[in-house]
Amino acid sequence: MQVPALLRRVLLAGAALALATPAGAQRSGEPIRVGAVLSVTGPASFLGDPEDKTLRLYVNRINGAGGVNGRQLQLTVYDDGGDANRARTFATRLVEDDKVVAMVGGTTTGATLAMRPVFEDARVPFISLAGGVEIVEPPQPYTFKTPHTDRMACEKIFADLRARGLSRVGMISGTDGFGASMRGQCLRVAQAAGVTVVAEESYGPRDSDMTPQLTRIRNAERVEAVVNAGFGQGPAIVTRNHAQLGIRTPLYQSHGVASREFISLATPQAAEGVRLPAAALLVAEQLPEADPQRRVVLDYKTAFEKEFNQPVSTFGGHAYDGLMILVEALKRANSTDGTRLRDAIRATRGFVGTGGVVNMSASDHMGLDLSAFRMVEVRGGDWRLVGN
Amino acid sequence: MVAELLQFLVSGLTVGAVYALVALGFTLIYNASDVVNFAQGEFVMLGGMVTVFATAAGVPLPLAAFLAVLATVAVGLLLHRLAIEPARGASAVTLIIITIGASIFLRGVAQVAFDKRFHQLPGFSGSDPIPLLGAAILPQSFWVLGGAVLIFLGLWLFLERTLAGKAVRATAANRLAARLVGVDTAKVLALSFGVSAGIGAAAGVLVTPITLTSYDVGTLLALKGFAAAMLGGMGSPLGAVVGGLMVGLLEALGAGYVSSAYKDAVAFLVIVAVLFALPQGLFGRSGVERV
Repeated sequence: MQVPALLRRVLLAGAALALATPAGAQRSGEPIRVGAVLSVTGPASFLGDPEDKTLRLYVNRINGAGGVNGRQLQLTVYDDGGDANRARTFATRLVEDDKVVAMVGGTTTGATLAMRPVFEDARVPFISLAGGVEIVEPPQPYTFKTPHTDRMACEKIFADLRARGLSRVGMISGTDGFGASMRGQCLRVAQAAGVTVVAEESYGPRDSDMTPQLTRIRNAERVEAVVNAGFGQGPAIVTRNHAQLGIRTPLYQSHGVASREFISLATPQAAEGVRLPAAALLVAEQLPEADPQRRVVLDYKTAFEKEFNQPVSTFGGHAYDGLMILVEALKRANSTDGTRLRDAIRATRGFVGTGGVVNMSASDHMGLDLSAFRMVEVRGGDWRLVGN
Repeated sequence: MVAELLQFLVSGLTVGAVYALVALGFTLIYNASDVVNFAQGEFVMLGGMVTVFATAAGVPLPLAAFLAVLATVAVGLLLHRLAIEPARGASAVTLIIITIGASIFLRGVAQVAFDKRFHQLPGFSGSDPIPLLGAAILPQSFWVLGGAVLIFLGLWLFLERTLAGKAVRATAANRLAARLVGVDTAKVLALSFGVSAGIGAAAGVLVTPITLTSYDVGTLLALKGFAAAMLGGMGSPLGAVVGGLMVGLLEALGAGYVSSAYKDAVAFLVIVAVLFALPQGLFGRSGVERV
């Protein structure tokens, strides 16, 4: 069969162009494809749902304002239902079928760790929204995260305990991934913080009564504070049982329950006096005028609450931070090439997000320090900033 | 010492009463059809969720609770009419698989119809704990225990004293013989679904102020209730009650005296040991083998 010379040349040129274009890179004018795998349903839905809403809201806003580098963002969200296996399947789909240039998501630590190899292999930057410190320690070339780690939460809690002159702690943790991970981190940093764990109990993520465990903690020798590592409804029940048993030692919860919902589930009476480390978002209005985060968190809070008519949660804030870090990196890199984008994300300095001021480096793929956590206390059914 | 034991006992009995009610629901349907209805946990969830959303809409609590039970009974009857009845010739295993599907379906609908959050209900008589011999007991625990006792009594009266109840028992004893003497066993099965749904919903209403609720609380309750029913002897209402209370007590005492890390292990170890010695369960019918 004779192919006209000109056509043949065009075909060859086309093939060469196709080969020359690196995988994953997209031509200008086309939308920039951003992927997300979130636990919108399932046991971690209270994390994934606000994350999903936040990403959709801000991608629309950014597109409405002209997009990034003159191109629209195209967001693809998959719901893993809290199942790490499904998350990994969706991660592969994002990389192979949807050809995303970056990923903002991974609601739980388990899902994030399951997806990480997929993005590392494909050299697609992956900004996780999960808490576990093992996500970025040791740092993987293409994996980042926005939330504070559970180790920082432990350090913040222990520092607050020491400031109150307390040092003997009864720990109660959930046996789910979050609880188990935070328990491990707390035990690791306890000694350095000058805190002794004198009693240790656990509960299943679905348990509905923790009075036996708390009774044991109360009966342990000279317990001065109770620290609960966990998220979901467990900490709410621990808080109720703590009040029911009339335990007078202070109760500390983790950043995992930093939402208004926790207070209403635990009931304001039972939650009175409970302290926990939280992102600035939780106490946006109480931040001093000079606080660099004040404007950012207030803007996000207003936008979210106006759009969805439900209280803002710090978890949605992590998604906001992840998306904005990505958008800024896209602008700086002016490219959608995985490695250049990764370098740009890694070069993030002084980014003010809802979670804190982010300064990333090659060895720090989270970029937050303890100052990003604010110690808050429940008073009269609301969060109050405890003097920093 | 006494205070501690009492605290563990009340905790165990309260949780156990809920397991017992779920196990009772399993038992009723099992007796009428040899089917283990895995959607039983979803009835508990519906009871709690409908009450939460009805009270949030301004319905007074007693009326909301009544509506929740009514709505769940309707769901139970529909489940029977739309999913079990059309497959009436199928084997028990097929029907069990249908109930698993129904359970997933109900959870999915609840996610959309309600939402995916946790919800709470205020305690019926407040939430100030009542001190008793050094233990602190929530008034709601008494509601749960009292409510469970009333349900057990009501069910007992129904089964022993009414014609419909006798038909249920006849069907449980021997389906073919019951049919031969004119008992409409299909209607008995429908009735069992309705009553099981009602019991589940009542359990959900009673326990939500203590345990909170969400669209997926049913899964674990169904599992624990099933374990309780097996322990007591599948098919025996008395066994369901004893089994449920035992599982609850084992968990609480295991957490209190052994270690909270092994609390579920303690409970299930005892169940395995009992079933090893008494394969029919504590109160199960022994030696009935269908060929």
